[in-house]
Amino acid sequence: MDTFIPAEYEVVRNPDLCIGCRVCERQCANGVHKYDKDLGKMIADSNKCVNCHRCVCLCPTHALKIVKSDDTYRLNANWSMQAMNEVYRQANTGGVLLSSMGNPNDYPVYFNKILVNASQVTNPPIDPLREPMETVVYLGKKDVEIKRDIQGKLVDTMTPQLKLTTPIMFSAMSYGSISYNAHASLARAAEELGIYYNTGEGGLHKDFYKYSKNTIVQVASGRFGVHEEYLNTAAAIEIKMGQGAKPGIGGHLPGAKISEDVSRTRMIPQGVDAISPAPHHDIYSIEDLRQLIYSIKEATAYKKPVIVKVAAVHNVAAIASGIARSGADIIAVDGFRGGTGAAPTRIRDNVGIPIELALAQVDQRLREEGIRDNVSILAAGSIHSSADVVKAIALGADACYIGTSALMALGCHLCRSCQTGNCNWGIATQKPELVKRLNPDIGYKRLVNMVRAWTHEIQEMMGGMGINSIEALKGNRLMLRGIGLNETELRVLGIKHAGE
Amino acid sequence: MVINTDSETHFTQINSQVRNTLEKEIEINGCIGQRYIGTGLSGKKLKINGLPGNALGAYLNGGEITVYGNAQDATGDTMNSGAIIIHGNAGDTTGYAMRGGKIYIRGNSGYRTGIHMKEYGEHKPIIVIGGRVGSFLGEYQAGGVIVVLGQHEDDMPIINNFCGTGMHGGVIYIRCKKLPKVIPDQVSATVVKGSSVKELSDIVNDYCTYFNYDAQELLNADFTVLKPNSSNPYKQMYTAN
Repeated sequence: MDTFIPAEYEVVRNPDLCIGCRVCERQCANGVHKYDKDLGKMIADSNKCVNCHRCVCLCPTHALKIVKSDDTYRLNANWSMQAMNEVYRQANTGGVLLSSMGNPNDYPVYFNKILVNASQVTNPPIDPLREPMETVVYLGKKDVEIKRDIQGKLVDTMTPQLKLTTPIMFSAMSYGSISYNAHASLARAAEELGIYYNTGEGGLHKDFYKYSKNTIVQVASGRFGVHEEYLNTAAAIEIKMGQGAKPGIGGHLPGAKISEDVSRTRMIPQGVDAISPAPHHDIYSIEDLRQLIYSIKEATAYKKPVIVKVAAVHNVAAIASGIARSGADIIAVDGFRGGTGAAPTRIRDNVGIPIELALAQVDQRLREEGIRDNVSILAAGSIHSSADVVKAIALGADACYIGTSALMALGCHLCRSCQTGNCNWGIATQKPELVKRLNPDIGYKRLVNMVRAWTHEIQEMMGGMGINSIEALKGNRLMLRGIGLNETELRVLGIKHAGE
Repeated sequence: MVINTDSETHFTQINSQVRNTLEKEIEINGCIGQRYIGTGLSGKKLKINGLPGNALGAYLNGGEITVYGNAQDATGDTMNSGAIIIHGNAGDTTGYAMRGGKIYIRGNSGYRTGIHMKEYGEHKPIIVIGGRVGSFLGEYQAGGVIVVLGQHEDDMPIINNFCGTGMHGGVIYIRCKKLPKVIPDQVSATVVKGSSVKELSDIVNDYCTYFNYDAQELLNADFTVLKPNSSNPYKQMYTAN
């Protein structure tokens, strides 16, 4: 006997506005809406609703809304309805709970407790509409030795660098976890913006080789789709050691999601589970990591920067120190709020630390050890806005990865049901009829709009601080103040309290 | 082209010469622990006298590497096609995530041999080990063929612990009638006469063209065949939340 779990959200239809056009029915891949002939009206089964708002957005008469159900168990400050439902779900099935997108729980968001400075009277603010405001960032090693030849001319010892027109990149999302059209939108937007998107561990579709100058390819423990051409076509190669949403565990794309096209891109058989083990089984130390980095550098003739991505965990600063000495050009640190196409709920909601704290500690540690210039730092894990980008850079990042906000630009409403493969917005699905709902011609423009708007805001905030180059903001923690933070939090972040 | 090396030669020197030469046949003498030799190489024939270091032939994409000596760890990591022939022993994680081509080892191989090997389309990787292997043989194996011939002369077992853990594709042939170690529940074992399996016979015959083993004698014995029970081993583990 399964315990019935009541719907969390209710579909409410205004009968005065509904014209029975049945758009909602056609748009819902979860089968919530249907036309009842006997009743002569549209009805909805709220139990199937994931609250993705597709029907609400597309209803031509705005007759629909989704509300939080007021059905409740006996109120209990200790046992929340969610906690109780999770017990019922596991008693019903015996399965490990699986969730999607980033940690939704009520942990502190430190970005919201940090305030940015502005110039007044002395050191005047700069008007970005009138004066040049540099947002170009180069990612890579900056610790090269200055060498001169016999004539005294400089010898080019520069290691490969990634040039970004603005300190924002799209984070790793694999083809398989997201759709072809979502990838097409990200790739085109990256090209237009002069930034990069990231293939995740899903291989690079042959159609997207044309965007290779703006593509970062990933090498993860399953090595899916990794081959010599894949490495050499990309602008940079990212070794994925961990992911903020699920530190310490691997990935698992169920066989059912491995369509013919996904199979071709990942170079694995159709219908067979794609398992990325938790560790790289050839990496048990920094020395082993160095071996993988150098095998990639050898395979690409030292022409591509290598990024090492790790999840923000308790001792991330020490880990980053090791990575900075391992030969990596860039370290990506992914905070515990980072998104995912699927992760065990317990891991997503309980493992890892916030990016703000991790980033501050990594930057601090590398500076103390005199190796900050060995690497660039990318911050990821719930960057909500341009203000978060500014704060992250002032805390020590060179640039930020954005994933969730990029998907939102494409239509995602954070219903957190990616694992079902029924994404009504055509993003986290491989079903052709759903994928075609996302038009890459429109999708890429929306991404470009968002990143351009953020860039302009970054320029305005920089101008306000009297800073005209993003490089001058990097690690500039004097520009930050904490609000409502305790002394430990301020010490970890390396910032003063507001008013100090 | 002949590259003479010694312990003073840095791996970047060897590898850039190998990468940049237009010659198709290259001989490396005196190799002593230099890593990444033949990484991402295609269409060249490499003969190595000595002891190449870790990650020999990583991402190999065609061509042939022959080692007259032992190889170390991570030989043929993520190899796509081509051949690596080792006239000695190989170290740990040989053929990690290999997708195509073949690795033939005359002697033994270390831990995690063939881990996460996978096959795709016409790519079907093969690893043959003349002697014995360490623990975790074929861990997470998703495709391809591993053959262990047990021609070692010490008294160690032909395979070791945790063979086939997480295996969900491909096949392992072990030249023995009774496995010396237990295998996981999701892997099934059957015993066949070597010569009765065409795939195995073809592989062993090809292997014996490189080394002085007698193919007929090798095949005229019982092999334990390991195959996964399911290609979706994790299917029932999750509940949507």
